[in-house]
Formats: sequence, C-alpha cells, structure tokens
Amino acid sequence: MAEAAIELKGISKSFGSVRANRDIDLKIAPGTIHGIIGENGAGKSTLMSILYGFYQADSGEIFVNGERAVIHASSDAIARGIGMVHQHFMLVHNFTVLENVILGAEGEPLLKTSIAKARSELERLERDYGLEVDPDAVIEDLPVGLQQRVEILKALFRGADILILDEPTGVLTPAEAEHLFRILRQLKDEGKTIVLITHKLREIMAVTDNVSVMRQGALVATRKTAETTVEELAELMVGRRVLLRVEKGDAHPGDFILSVKNLTVEDMRGVKMVDDVSLDVRTGEIVGIAGVAGNGQTELLETITGMRKAVSGTVTLDGAPVELTGEADPTDLRRRGMAHVPEDRHNMGLVLPFEENENAILGYHWQDKYVNGPFLDIEAIRRDAQGKIEKYDIRPTDARLKTANFSGGNQQKIVLAREMEQDPKVLIVGQPTRGVDVGAIEFIHKRLIDMRDQGKAVLLVSVELDEIRSLSDRILVMFAGRIVGERGPDATEGELGLLMAGVEEKEAAE
Amino acid sequence: MSTPYAKLPAWADYGLIPLINLLVAFVVAGLVVLLIGENPLRAAVILVDGAIGRGQAIAYTLYYATSFIFTGLAVAVAFHCSLFNIGGEGQAYIGGLGVALVCLTFDSVLPWWLTFPLAIAGAALFGAAWAFIPAYFQAKRGSHIVITTIMFNFIAASLMVYLLVEVLKPAGSQAPQTRTFLEGGQLPKLNWMLEAVGLTVRSAPLNVSFLLALVAAFLVWVLIWRTRLGYEIRMRGHSPKAARYAGVSEVRVIIVTMLISGALAGMMALNPVMGDQNRLQIDFVTGAGFVGIAVALMGRSHPAGIVPAAILFGMLYQGGAELAFEMPGISRDMIVIIQGLVILFAGALEHMFRPSLQALFASFSPRAVGAEAKQGESA
Ligand SMILES: Nc1ncnc2c1ncn2[C@@H]1O[C@H](COP(=O)(O)OP(=O)(O)OP(=O)(O)O)[C@@H](O)[C@H]1O
Ligand SMILES: [Mg+2]
Repeated sequence: MAEAAIELKGISKSFGSVRANRDIDLKIAPGTIHGIIGENGAGKSTLMSILYGFYQADSGEIFVNGERAVIHASSDAIARGIGMVHQHFMLVHNFTVLENVILGAEGEPLLKTSIAKARSELERLERDYGLEVDPDAVIEDLPVGLQQRVEILKALFRGADILILDEPTGVLTPAEAEHLFRILRQLKDEGKTIVLITHKLREIMAVTDNVSVMRQGALVATRKTAETTVEELAELMVGRRVLLRVEKGDAHPGDFILSVKNLTVEDMRGVKMVDDVSLDVRTGEIVGIAGVAGNGQTELLETITGMRKAVSGTVTLDGAPVELTGEADPTDLRRRGMAHVPEDRHNMGLVLPFEENENAILGYHWQDKYVNGPFLDIEAIRRDAQGKIEKYDIRPTDARLKTANFSGGNQQKIVLAREMEQDPKVLIVGQPTRGVDVGAIEFIHKRLIDMRDQGKAVLLVSVELDEIRSLSDRILVMFAGRIVGERGPDATEGELGLLMAGVEEKEAAE
Repeated sequence: MSTPYAKLPAWADYGLIPLINLLVAFVVAGLVVLLIGENPLRAAVILVDGAIGRGQAIAYTLYYATSFIFTGLAVAVAFHCSLFNIGGEGQAYIGGLGVALVCLTFDSVLPWWLTFPLAIAGAALFGAAWAFIPAYFQAKRGSHIVITTIMFNFIAASLMVYLLVEVLKPAGSQAPQTRTFLEGGQLPKLNWMLEAVGLTVRSAPLNVSFLLALVAAFLVWVLIWRTRLGYEIRMRGHSPKAARYAGVSEVRVIIVTMLISGALAGMMALNPVMGDQNRLQIDFVTGAGFVGIAVALMGRSHPAGIVPAAILFGMLYQGGAELAFEMPGISRDMIVIIQGLVILFAGALEHMFRPSLQALFASFSPRAVGAEAKQGESA
C-alpha cells in the first residue's frame, strides 16, 4: 500500500481548559477525498490549523508522505506541499486575481517577470483543472464562488499536492457548490489529496472516499463513505440519534402582525435589489423565503429591520408603520417586539473581540435590567449570559471568553439565545443554521417551531431548501428582487427549484 | 485575516514586550550617540539620573508626565472608537484659552480651589469645542478625522497667536502673553508630597493637576469599561456594522467620543498654564499633543498602561534636558531623536518582536500559548 499522504499520530491541543484535540490518529490516503465531520467545537478547524502550521500541537507527530514533518508556520506546510482554503478568504480585495495568486510567492526581484511567469503557470493550472477565472479581474468584482476558486489556484500555484478546505460550501449557492465538487473530483483524478471539512452530510456522501468523525476533540470513527449512511454519521457525530427533519404540528396562525407592501429597495448604484415586494406574516406561523443567495433576501431583511433605507413602500409592525426613508431606529423596533438574527453574524450580529457576555446584550444594552443609570450592571449582564449559555447549551460555558474563540455554531447560538430570549412578537431570521452542525440544527429548528407555537411570527430567510421546506408554513420564492411565487409546505424541491431559477410561475405550475 | 497571534501570558504581553521595545530603542539611540563621538553609557546614566536621580528631577518628570497623561487619555478614548485624533495639540492649545479666561476673570475674587473647578470646566469645554468641528464633519460628511484634526492644529496655532498679540496681551507689554494670574489663578505645587517621603525639591512646577490627571485616568477606565456609553464606543470601534445593528447612532457616538477626547486634551492646559507659568503664552503645549499619541500606543489605550507610559516620556523629557545640558555634543535635537526612536519602537513597531517571542514561548511550553482566534475563521 502506498504511503499515507498525511499521517497524524497522537495529536493533542488544549486552549486553557478546553481540550480541542485529544490524541488524534488519522491517516489520509493519497489521491483521495477525505471528509472530516463533527459537531461545532469538535476540533476540526483546530486540527487542520495544526496541520497548516497556524497552531502548534501540544504533543503528537505529523508525517507527510511518510516523512516526519515539523510544521511551525504556514511556510513549512507550503514547503511540504500542503495548501489550505479558509472559509473566509484571505484575498486582497483591490488586487487582481493574478496579483493575489503571486502575493508572497513572487520569486523574482522584478514584479514584471514574475507576473509574466505566473500568468503562463496560471493558464496551465486553469486548463488542467477546469478552474476558469479571468486572471485580470479584480477580486471585489467576483462572486464568492470565483473568489474561492482563486484561493484554490493560490494553493496550487504554491505547489500544493494536499489541499485542505474548511467548510468551503458554507457561502456557496448550490450550483457553485456543484461546480466546486467537479473541480475537486478533477483534482483527485490528477492525484491530489483533498481534506474536506463540512457540516453537510449530503456533500460528504456525494464527493468523499473516506470520512472521519470527530467528537469533543477526539476522532471517534473513520468510515469508507460507500459503506456508511447519513443517519449513521449523524449519530456518530452527536452520540445519539438525530432528527434530520423536525417534527411539527399544524400551525394555528392568528392576526397579521407584519406586513410589507410594495417595498422597493435600491443599492448604492441605484440597482433595484428588492422590487415591489409585498408579504404578510401572521402570529403563530413561519413564513420562509427561499431563493438563491443574492436575489434580494439580504436587502429585504435589512430594510424590514431598520438597517437600510427603502425607495418606496411600507412596512407595518403590529399596526404601526416602520420608518423606511428617514433615520430608522433598530432600537425602536426592538422595543416594539421585533428581534433580528442577521445573516452575517460575524460582522453584524456579533462583535468578535468582545467577551461573550458583552455580545449577549448587543442591541439590548439599554434595557433596565442591564444598566444602573449610565453604568453597565456587569454582575447582572454576566449572570444573564451564564443563564443563556446553560439554556442554549453554548460551549465552552464561559461567559467571559472572547467571542471569537467560540466555534462557529456556538457563535450562532449566542445570537439566537440573545434574540429569542427577548420574547419578541416577530422574529426575523437570516440563515439560522449556516455553519452549524446537525445536532445544533435540530436544536435551533425545534426552538423556532416552539416560538411559532407560542404565537410568535417568524420570517425566515435561508438558502437551504431543506430548511425552508421543513420549517415553513408558507414558502415565498424570491428571484431577482421579486417574490415570484408562493407555495405550501408540501411543495416539492423540483417545483421550488424552478421558481428559484426564475422560471415563470405559470410554467412552474404546469 | 492575518496569521493569528498566539496569546502570550499577560506579564509578557504588558511587561516584557514594552521592555524589549524600549531596550531596543535605547540600543539604537546609543548607537547614534556613539556615532557623534560621545559615550552612550555615560549618556544613559546622565539621562536616568537627570530624570529620577533627585527629588527635584522626579518632580519635573511628574510635571511633564501630567501633561502626557491627559493627552494620552485623549488619544486613547478616540482610539476605542477607532478614531485617530491627531488634534490633541490644537485642542490643548485652545483649552489653554478656556483656562486663561477663567483665571483672568476670577483670580482676583475667588481662591484657587474655587477657580480650579471653573478652570477645569473651561479647559474641557474649549478643548471639546475644538474637537467638535472635525467630529461633526467626520460623522456627517465622512471627512477624515486625521486630516481635519491636523488642519485644526494649524488653525488653533494661528488663532492663538492672533488672540495673544491683538487681544489678550496687556497694553504696553512686548511679550505675546496674558498678564500673570493672581493667587486665585495659581495651582498649589505638590513638592511637599515628595518632601514628605524624604526627597528634596528646590522648586519644581509639579502641581495639583497631577492628581487630577490620575483621577481622569480612573474615570476614563470607568467610562470605557463600565458605562453604557463606553460599551457603545467600543462597539463602534470594533465593528461599525454591529453598532448600527445594535441601534447605536454612529453620528452621535463619533461626536460624543470626540467631545470627550477633546475635553481631555484641553485639560492638559491646566498643568502648564495654571500650574506652572500662571499665564497664557505662545506655544505652551510644546508637542504634548503629539507625545500623547505615542503614550496611548505604548499604553495600549488602557489607563493602566497610559500612566506609566506618560511617566516614561516624562523621564525622557526631563532626563533629556539634563543630558543636553551636561553633554555639549548632544543637542536638544538629539533628545528629540531619542524620543522619536522610543515612539518608533514602542508605538509604531509595537508588534515587531511579538512573533519571535511567541515562537520562543511556544517552544518552551506550547500549552501556555493559546491563540487569539482568527476573525471568522471557522464558521
Ligand atoms: N483560540 C482559541 N482559544 C480558546 N479556545 C479555542 C480557540 N480556538 C478554538 N477554541 C475552542 O476549541 C474547540 C474546538 O474549536 P474548533 O474551531 O476547532 O471547532 P470546529 O470543529 O472547527 O467547530 P465548527 O464546526 O463550529 O467550526 C472549541 O471548543 C473552541 O471554542
Ligand atoms: Mg471550524
């Protein structure tokens, strides 16, 4: 048998009292796609960061192609032919693709010669692997799917034979994800080894050859993908059976509480992002907005929640209008019972350098229970945060830990706990389970259904069709800024897919 | 996203790194001294001795430190809102006008302890007013505060020359300065405090505004970490988008932060104007506004770091003056170079030695080194 491309022996790593990786042994065969799954905070990113030289293991050894490797920095990893694509790309936004690819690997004293060399090398890579991108395009003009391709090109340009991708599909549309997998298969056929971290078990089944499961820092199982099932993997991850689709009773909708009428929103360049949208949400129901990312859902949510101005239209919350053109006031909306879980938790929903307890009051920091006159009631804030940590099973259970040090799924729970515990009348939720593990998805879905059953109105935006279908009582489909159709919860995936692709209502109905 | 900095133990972060930076600054400064043919060791001894060798020296050092605490706090408060207030110099200068107007009005009728609170208010008000205009333009029009505050330093300088020469100068006087304040406009000296611990001070300008500076440092800590306003300031400083989401008005928080920052810078004027010279004279700020930037950088924008950093710069000022006096080869400008080197290594190149130190720590005890998570790495 060929030497393992990567072999990890006894890798352990702790952060303070958190044991992120415990005694991990892992072999990855060359020329395969190896999936790594596990709950939020299971230690997947940490393990890969050790392999890529971001962190140092406390103990253990790494072998690359059978040779013992000491990896102290990313440069050591790159020298060993290891490349990594991070979920949040590390590209220079106002540089061209070509400039980004050679950044840090210029190799020549004169930029001109290295650019010329790089261009031909890049063309070869693009041709060999079907990774088309215009080398002269500026990064900020490219959609995320292409930006990701640039990250892959960057790694290949540095001679990577082993490519690590940490949750690469979190930000991709289904079509982009499909394209990515085609590229990964092609890379595999060329003999590259790929490590893929994802929360989407479907993707694991579709592209990987082997899959390893991590739980609470330990590697609990490795399976041949062909010999396992989604159910088995979910159970291995969480340690119990997981409901992959929540059970819910019938909705008992009440009065209209949120109405949007003829809403039109433009971006800075005057392009219509939301085009004459009208919708109503009643108490006690979940209305889901399906659509491919970038069809105006983000703008719609931001306008309803007072973060963006509208050109025309009205929004009514519990009988009173929401300010849409002047200085909108999110605090006023919160007072009136609207809670908002934003799509972009990293930049909007959380302040990452803050302690967890400081984020647990973000947006509600004016409430009497958190302040004494102009002073913060630190005691009360920390106690309150600790309570939410327990109730929502946020891990680690330390309210004073910096928020950035929580794993992605736990960060999401921090936001959800904050918004749901306000006991709002209307809950606006964007991508509630992006980057969240199956166990936590189950938890979040149950909580959303609970909210509904308590008579709250929930407006849900998600690019995950499964999520929309399993939660919504009514489904609206958005395409190019407009609502192009409404369906019940029993709508088929194919039917919604057609609407999402912009096929006309009448045609889709046929 | 950058390579994450592994976290160092607190003592290394707040003690060792500044110390290393400082040592390097002195080594480089020593090389410069060597270059002009003087003995760097002797220079160092003179400098340190001149700064803390005698009671007199210590009093002077603390006098300078007082000014730097105020301007350092001013810069730090703005930093927390990610605003770079370079206008401390001008705000302090205009703050001096507030102090002088109060003193000229009340020094004949009120005792110093009644004039003092009025003068504090005057200094803060005038300093804040001078910061308001750039703040307003930043908040409403997005004019970059770095540019506008620099411009306002120049405007302040010209305005004060005009006022001193044309308006405030007593008739018949040749010097562009106000009349000397009477007793009611003079702050008591603090030299007795040093004498109480057995040091001798002949005469030094250290005055009660030093105590005010310490109080201000404490209040700034309360403001930033214990009040709702401070929470909003930090929120906007870390993430304007999250602040908007949380319903924090960007316009309001920028303006309020800059008013506080300007008020702190303005209060610096109390120290020289009311505490030492007892009159308002041209250029009394002498760069303290700019030193405040270095002090805030070196003190990591935390009052507990700013006070020692201000004292360090006070030592450099006082010891430097002594050095220029004792060593003819070393001019006043050389001292400025040394100060510049400290600013360079302790402020601008703050992180230069961090990675290697982290590697060192990691190789000794990898367990001790957690890591600052990379922004948004795993989601
Ligand atoms: N820099 C850090 N400091 C302290 N704790 C950390 C740090 N980085 C990670 N952790 C902790 O280590 C554990 C593993 O985190 P890691 O990011 O590897 O999880 P993950 O499996 O990638 O999770 P997710 O699926 O949510 O991305 C978590 O409990 C996390 O809170
Ligand atoms: Mg992760």
